[in-house]
Amino acid sequence: MGKATIIPFGPQHPVLPEPLHLDLVVEDEKVIEAVPQIGFIHRGLEKLTETRDYNQFIYIAERICGICAVGHSLGYAETVEGLMGLEVPKRASYLRVILHEMSRIHSHMLWMGLAADAFGFESLFMHCWRLRERVLDLFEAMTGGRVILSAVRVGGMVRDQDAATLAHVQEVLEGIKDEYHEICRAFLNDSSVRSRLVGVGVIEHDDAVNLGMVGPFARASNVVNDVRCKEAGAYAELSDFTPITSTDCDCYARVEVRAKEILQSIDIIEEMIARIPEGPVFEKPKGSPADGAMACGALEQPRGECYYYAQGNGTKYLQRMRMRTPTSMNLAGMAAALKGCDLADVNMIVLTIDPCISCTER
Amino acid sequence: MSFMSKSPWVIHYDASSCNGCDIEVLATLCPGFDAERFGVINTGNPKHADIFLVTGSVNSRNIHVIREIYNQMPEPKAVIACGCCACEGGVFHDCYNVIGGVDRAIPVDVYAPGCAVRPEALIDAIVEAEKVLEEKYEAMKKGEHAPVIPLDAPVLKKGA
Repeated sequence: MGKATIIPFGPQHPVLPEPLHLDLVVEDEKVIEAVPQIGFIHRGLEKLTETRDYNQFIYIAERICGICAVGHSLGYAETVEGLMGLEVPKRASYLRVILHEMSRIHSHMLWMGLAADAFGFESLFMHCWRLRERVLDLFEAMTGGRVILSAVRVGGMVRDQDAATLAHVQEVLEGIKDEYHEICRAFLNDSSVRSRLVGVGVIEHDDAVNLGMVGPFARASNVVNDVRCKEAGAYAELSDFTPITSTDCDCYARVEVRAKEILQSIDIIEEMIARIPEGPVFEKPKGSPADGAMACGALEQPRGECYYYAQGNGTKYLQRMRMRTPTSMNLAGMAAALKGCDLADVNMIVLTIDPCISCTER
Repeated sequence: MSFMSKSPWVIHYDASSCNGCDIEVLATLCPGFDAERFGVINTGNPKHADIFLVTGSVNSRNIHVIREIYNQMPEPKAVIACGCCACEGGVFHDCYNVIGGVDRAIPVDVYAPGCAVRPEALIDAIVEAEKVLEEKYEAMKKGEHAPVIPLDAPVLKKGA
């Protein structure tokens, strides 16, 4: 047994698109402990509520994270609507779910690509990103933006989508589905991929509950934890929703859960498009949040459950805006999963939590 | 494109971006926009890189990381500020933890605006940076070198 050595990992590291620093305490090739250090991309967004009114802040909320941009603007809008007792038109809440599920598809495909890159399968990475590009083209057709969409606002949506656009969305997603099955086969059945994933970074069910893990990371450890089944907004109108879980608890299970969630999201979008009601998409908010009014909101982001809290003070500025993001809940689970792993598996395990540092640090 | 005679390798660092520009940087190199067809390859090692793509604004925690990467890059080198935040702070310009654009930490050669920056703008910026690299190579032959910026040097003047 060798002496313990500390190996720094990050903040600039090829596998991470974002800066995260880990101090890996290593004995020979085994990681004994991983100490995460964050704070490289803290901007201080929550304080901006003092200088931006509640309508302006939604553009800041979107820019908390460019991957879950729709999610954050949606979570913020729903919380502020709760604060002001605003009822959103039915059609708007359907459109919100359609965009949110599309962003889940693009986020999971992005992640699957990065995961493929982490286990050294570069052509699979390229194929995932090629397919993801089609979803971004849909975003561009619907809203004009590729990653930052500015589609949601307090009280509804910025613009309506006509029937032709929605039919186009359905058609493209149907096409993606066929090609996606091939990529899925490579991820789930390929023996070299399996050898990198099966049995790596295991977190048992009880540990996952104790560590407070959320999202696909927790669902891969068989924790049924999906805010979408709480049926907020248009999710209540879905005919059937069962969270996807796995009992394997390892990296393979996390890939499997996300792979299946993409297909589930396509089904949700198709059902929403089939049943979308006619009507307005925007209800103008009147007045300001009352002094002392408080509201909470929860949303299933691609990375897990995200909580929002807002407090009014009688003016158009919010007194306080606070959110708890999925990655901050999952960092403890990541440190636990890294304990005892091989040094060569570190990048795979770090990626399987799908870390979103810019959400976490804001 | 006569000036695209070389294949610049790029290194990417996320200063304090919202991820929007980061994934657009990666999307630029992936199928769809495919800057790799010009030989533009993303490398993780600063000593292999010709062009430094920085997304997001500078803060006191990451300013030394940016300078460290810049100093380690071999000459000639070019820096591209990707996105509004990297150009001058963007929507976060008045946040308490934001110093400003990347030009407050290291000299920037090409600015690629946009929130998030579009892949077309990035390809354009890389082509511009290629020209800068040619110029710097000529200057290098005459004995002019890029500055080495000490990690704890004061913040540079805006737009310097």
